[in-house]
Amino acid sequence: MNIWKSVMKFIYHFASPKHFYRISGKLIPWFGGLAAILLIVGSIDGLFFAPVDYQQGDSYRIIFIHVPAAWMSMFVYMVMATSGAIALIWKIKLADVVASSSAPIGAAFTLLALVTGSIWGKPMWGAWWVWDARLTSELILLFLYLGFMALESAIEDPRAAARACAILAIVGVINIPIIHYSVEWWNTLHQGATVTKLDTPSIHISMLIPLLLMALGFKLYYATVVLMRARNKVLYAEQNNGWVKAIIKAQ
Amino acid sequence: MNPKRKSRLILVLLILAGTGLAVALGTMALKENIQYYLSPSEVKAGKAPDGHSFRLAGLVSDGSVKREENGLTIHFDVTDNVETIPVTFTGILPDLFREGQGIVATGKLSDDYRFIAEDVLAKHDENYMPPPVQDALDKAKSISESGEKAQ
Repeated sequence: MNIWKSVMKFIYHFASPKHFYRISGKLIPWFGGLAAILLIVGSIDGLFFAPVDYQQGDSYRIIFIHVPAAWMSMFVYMVMATSGAIALIWKIKLADVVASSSAPIGAAFTLLALVTGSIWGKPMWGAWWVWDARLTSELILLFLYLGFMALESAIEDPRAAARACAILAIVGVINIPIIHYSVEWWNTLHQGATVTKLDTPSIHISMLIPLLLMALGFKLYYATVVLMRARNKVLYAEQNNGWVKAIIKAQ
Repeated sequence: MNPKRKSRLILVLLILAGTGLAVALGTMALKENIQYYLSPSEVKAGKAPDGHSFRLAGLVSDGSVKREENGLTIHFDVTDNVETIPVTFTGILPDLFREGQGIVATGKLSDDYRFIAEDVLAKHDENYMPPPVQDALDKAKSISESGEKAQ
């Protein structure tokens, strides 16, 4: 029980606005720098060094954007839902800040996945869009993100808005396993999982490496941007507290 | 954990369980409608709607593709390696269309059990690899390089 208490004490300490502001300020340059390196190396490897596909030729190279964007669209939503649950149960305000900072980034990743998939679908499948289970559930994810943002701005009291949004995020998380397993549970035009399955990935190692580099780059990019947004929100919310005034004075 | 937090945790879990159950029941009720296509076996088993259009998916049988003289009408067989259904299509095929390729065709069954397609899409599989030719070339190159070193 003592360990639990000290863990909770550490979390509350980190989650206090002042400490979050200080620690995130140190993390952002590292995350941002690493993200830039990974995205540059991954793009060059994916676009110039990875071999062409035996069936799709060069067209398959869109997966180096499409797949990481689709993975992130689901990952960011899970971060939002987890933050929402933490905010509801433990009343940690920082969790609400993380959820609301994540929503536009997640929506952007979802839109990117939908658009790149559509651009690939026209030459490969022969259709820009089909209403199969994978594509439809991903579109619902975009609407969940947009709904979260709309709900947040529709309620004036920030605390009430945060609570409503947390509940929406938790309810919507049921869509994530549906997106992931849609290609197994139902017949879909979208192909099955290549990498995220319990089998060996059905992709050649020379194509897998740039894909994983890009995926990690996307993740670090998200970490960078979400921390930057959360810092701004924390400063704004705490503008009347002493430590913020001290920072402003120092500048 | 204090009782207030515990009750809020239980509430969150109840929300999750409730929406999970609702969505599971909903999708189970709509199971047939969520299926994007039917396989040849399902069509032979009589699952295809009479007189309505539906989607049929399977592999294009090897050696079954025949073009008519006008160049646009094409006949081929679609199989799931159990049952086979002959398909007729007039129009432009996607790039990935070839024998052995997975396809999804939209259309209706005619009276003689031939599928008249209005639209054909290619269904790509989840495998990504370099062409076998490229592999063979690489191998040949490495053999000749090691041969040069030996000399």
